[in-house]
Amino acid sequence: MSAPEQSTQPFLRVENLKTHFHVERGFLFQHRVGSVRAVDGVSFELRQGEILGLVGESGCGKSTLGRTILQLVRPTEGVVVLNGRNLTRMHGRELREARADFQMIFQDPYASLNPRMTVFDALAEALQAHRDVPESELPARVGDLLQKVGLPPRAQRKYPHEFSGGQRQRLAIARALAVEPKLIIADEPVSALDVSIQAQIINLLARISREMRLTLIFISHDLSVVNYISDRIAVMYLGKIVEIGPASRVFEHPLHPYAKALISAIPIPDPVREARRERVVPPGDPPSPLNPPSGCPFHPRCAQAQERCAREVPLLEPFTDPNHLAACLRTKEINSH
Amino acid sequence: MPLLTVNKLRTSFHTRAGVVRAVQDVSFQIERGETLGIVGESGSGKSVTCYSIMGLLPQPPGRIEGGQAIFDGVDLLALSHRELNKYRGLRISMIFQDPMTSLNPYLRIEQQLIEPLLIHEKMDRAAARRRAVEMLADVGITDPVHRLRMYPHEFSGGMRQRVMIAMALITKPDLLIADEPTTALDVTVQAQILDLMKKMRQELGMAILLISHDLGVVSGLCDRVMVMYAGRVMESARTPELFYETKHPYTRALQKSIPALQVKGQELYTIAGAPPDLLRPVPGCPFAPRCGYVVDYCAREEVAPLEVAPAHCTACLRVQKEKLLL
Amino acid sequence: MMPTPTLEPAAPIDGEKSPSFWQDARHRLWQNKLALFGLIVVTALSLVCFLAPLLCAHVIGFSYEEQSLALGPVPPNRVHWLGTDPLGRDLLARLLYGGRISLMLGLCATAVSLVIGVTYGAVSGFVGGKTDMVLMRMVDILYALPFTIFVVLLTVFFGQNIILLFVAIGAVQWLTMARIVRGQVMAIKQQEFIEAARALGLRRRRILFRHIIPNLLGPIIVYATLTVPEVMLLEAFLSFLGLGVQAPHSSWGVLIKEGAEVMEEYPWLLTYPAAAMALTLFSLNFLGDGLRDALDVHASKD
Repeated sequence: MSAPEQSTQPFLRVENLKTHFHVERGFLFQHRVGSVRAVDGVSFELRQGEILGLVGESGCGKSTLGRTILQLVRPTEGVVVLNGRNLTRMHGRELREARADFQMIFQDPYASLNPRMTVFDALAEALQAHRDVPESELPARVGDLLQKVGLPPRAQRKYPHEFSGGQRQRLAIARALAVEPKLIIADEPVSALDVSIQAQIINLLARISREMRLTLIFISHDLSVVNYISDRIAVMYLGKIVEIGPASRVFEHPLHPYAKALISAIPIPDPVREARRERVVPPGDPPSPLNPPSGCPFHPRCAQAQERCAREVPLLEPFTDPNHLAACLRTKEINSH
Repeated sequence: MPLLTVNKLRTSFHTRAGVVRAVQDVSFQIERGETLGIVGESGSGKSVTCYSIMGLLPQPPGRIEGGQAIFDGVDLLALSHRELNKYRGLRISMIFQDPMTSLNPYLRIEQQLIEPLLIHEKMDRAAARRRAVEMLADVGITDPVHRLRMYPHEFSGGMRQRVMIAMALITKPDLLIADEPTTALDVTVQAQILDLMKKMRQELGMAILLISHDLGVVSGLCDRVMVMYAGRVMESARTPELFYETKHPYTRALQKSIPALQVKGQELYTIAGAPPDLLRPVPGCPFAPRCGYVVDYCAREEVAPLEVAPAHCTACLRVQKEKLLL
Repeated sequence: MMPTPTLEPAAPIDGEKSPSFWQDARHRLWQNKLALFGLIVVTALSLVCFLAPLLCAHVIGFSYEEQSLALGPVPPNRVHWLGTDPLGRDLLARLLYGGRISLMLGLCATAVSLVIGVTYGAVSGFVGGKTDMVLMRMVDILYALPFTIFVVLLTVFFGQNIILLFVAIGAVQWLTMARIVRGQVMAIKQQEFIEAARALGLRRRRILFRHIIPNLLGPIIVYATLTVPEVMLLEAFLSFLGLGVQAPHSSWGVLIKEGAEVMEEYPWLLTYPAAAMALTLFSLNFLGDGLRDALDVHASKD
């Protein structure tokens, strides 16, 4: 994978992003009883053409983060700046028109396409969403899009239900590409597919993002897939990023206790290695973002937790490599040996 | 004598679009205390095989066309529902993939947990409740006495799966069938459940039939592995041999597809072609259209697993005839 | 240069235009014998009733208001095919004309409730939030009004006429339609392809008309078909109470009422109108069920 484009300004800047959903009770007059802090203070920067892998388990907020960046869910606090434009400040028409620059690929290939529209209708609609394309050119342009994602142009007359899951995901990718975006967020794009088809879609995404110089955020719970495709990996837990750094570094030498646990939990398809490995299994379940713990969000399940972990909120800080950061108060002690 | 011997099991679904041959001549054995893994992608027939054995197949449109499933000397497929019920829940238990829908949301955990005891072992309630508490504690649920009185929706996904395991093992069955038990769980929770299964296996000594699409899960838990494709057995062997001395191109292709084992920067290996169309089976080897080792007779001759090395079977014609090395 | 992976789709993609949703649905409906029966019966009955004036003039030979007091009520015979009522009026003619009114009432009141209900429900469901809450609370309140008393009040104020009937029935039926449509809209809104449409940057209007409403048509058609029999029954009920259609016009409801009054002495006066009504109601229900099966998205692939 070629090195990402070097440019001075970050292409995407997310600063202290928070998305809190209010839980309300009440019959006639609703009052707030609590908040689900789905995204709780996330900051990072991406260069153009970079691929960021976002991993975490259920409840960590990665999907919400993706949707918040794209302003499909409006943030409660914080800033998202894409290519110099502040998305969080935009509304209505301005926001709608800006959407040509950023798109999403959804997880469920069976639900993300309108069952009543033919492939042609869906892709033509996307092509014309932000640009004027003469009617006569549409079939050819749609055909081009289909070929780009590895489907025959004659597929455009079909309905989504006539395609397999992997093919539908290709259609979804084609639709996203139709508006010529610069940023694509893929939310678990291969989780619903068979292993042998996953590889095809991942290859496609990698190739497209390279060819079109797309910035890609790849959200998944599957660390090995993410490690393969990403330049950098960010690990999320309870709405916060707990570790972020170059993909291979995070994967092979994780700093944060949760990242270590996550990586060690992945079963290795190799009986000898699997039998020999040391596993760190955090007890209990991933907690609910309705009631996050005080201090470090992971401390109740952390084998290395100390008293201060319940009090202080750790910030992302580098250890030995300035590009590899972890949000742990004890990074140094845990990782120096 | 093996605990379970499945002999040329054949199951089809008669749908409006045609006949789907979901399971074709599948045979395998499980010894007491052994853990066998069945690996395959969707459409491989792995789940249908187990549902057929357990008598859980919806008939129609499903139909068991032939074969036997001999459990401790008795052919389960020949039993009536009433007779089969004496085995299910008592000597053979099953846990399913989705912990959200596998438990009855209207009943408390207690009722669901002690039900097998009341029915099969004819225990009285008090004794059954005591055993239920022990079982919950055994599967790692804290405060079991309290938890017994709760409803499924008050548990998280991982805990529900633990409850399922408790329910399945409370009668100390000889065989546990687990259909993708960790697929719907987070990876750290999956690790917990797999550890739990290992622990229970050690305590109770039951045999396990584990269905999974995940080679990693299988390599950690199983003594032997069977790979299925298009309703047939492609390869079966002891776990280390399946991984290190693979004797079927499909198994090899599956291994190569795993992103974890591949080098960054190069394209991921993909299996060419598309999953098999079970409505229109191709002649010869079902994997032939996608196989990198295919030769002319692969699409002509019938395939069946053959033992080519001690306890190692493969259905690959080339390995059988030419001793092809993969 | 990396090789493009050879891709053969699970179902080979041929160049043929595949059946649209509607063609697919029509095919499924065709196969449903019961629904087809319902469709044929309803169409036949409607046709016959529509042609009532012609038929009465040329075939039957009697009109619905022609009285013959000297004749009185006679059971079915060769002259009067279905017999006559106490005033000597031909039952068949009255049945046909009555059918006209009943069916027309059914269709028109349904149409009215459709227009109001769908608009109300779609707006409420689409806009959501507080607007939706307010709109739906209004529906709840209106639901609570007792229908019969409402009609009686209307009669007291405006006298009895057919338009009143329309208003009364339409005023009640649209409530259910609004609720159903709102529910459907909300369900569709949750679907991922709607979120995808938003992500594309499509205008809200476009999303409503291009994405939500086409997916809505199925359930709407089904419920409309099932509303017609409801309306007809409602009309019959009102007529039975004497609040509905007035003499000399008749509807099936009126005929049933009149027939019920004399059913011991002149049973045919009840039997035939009741049979006609029942047949129509059943047919419409079969048709509605068949449409639901045919148009149900879940029933189609996957």
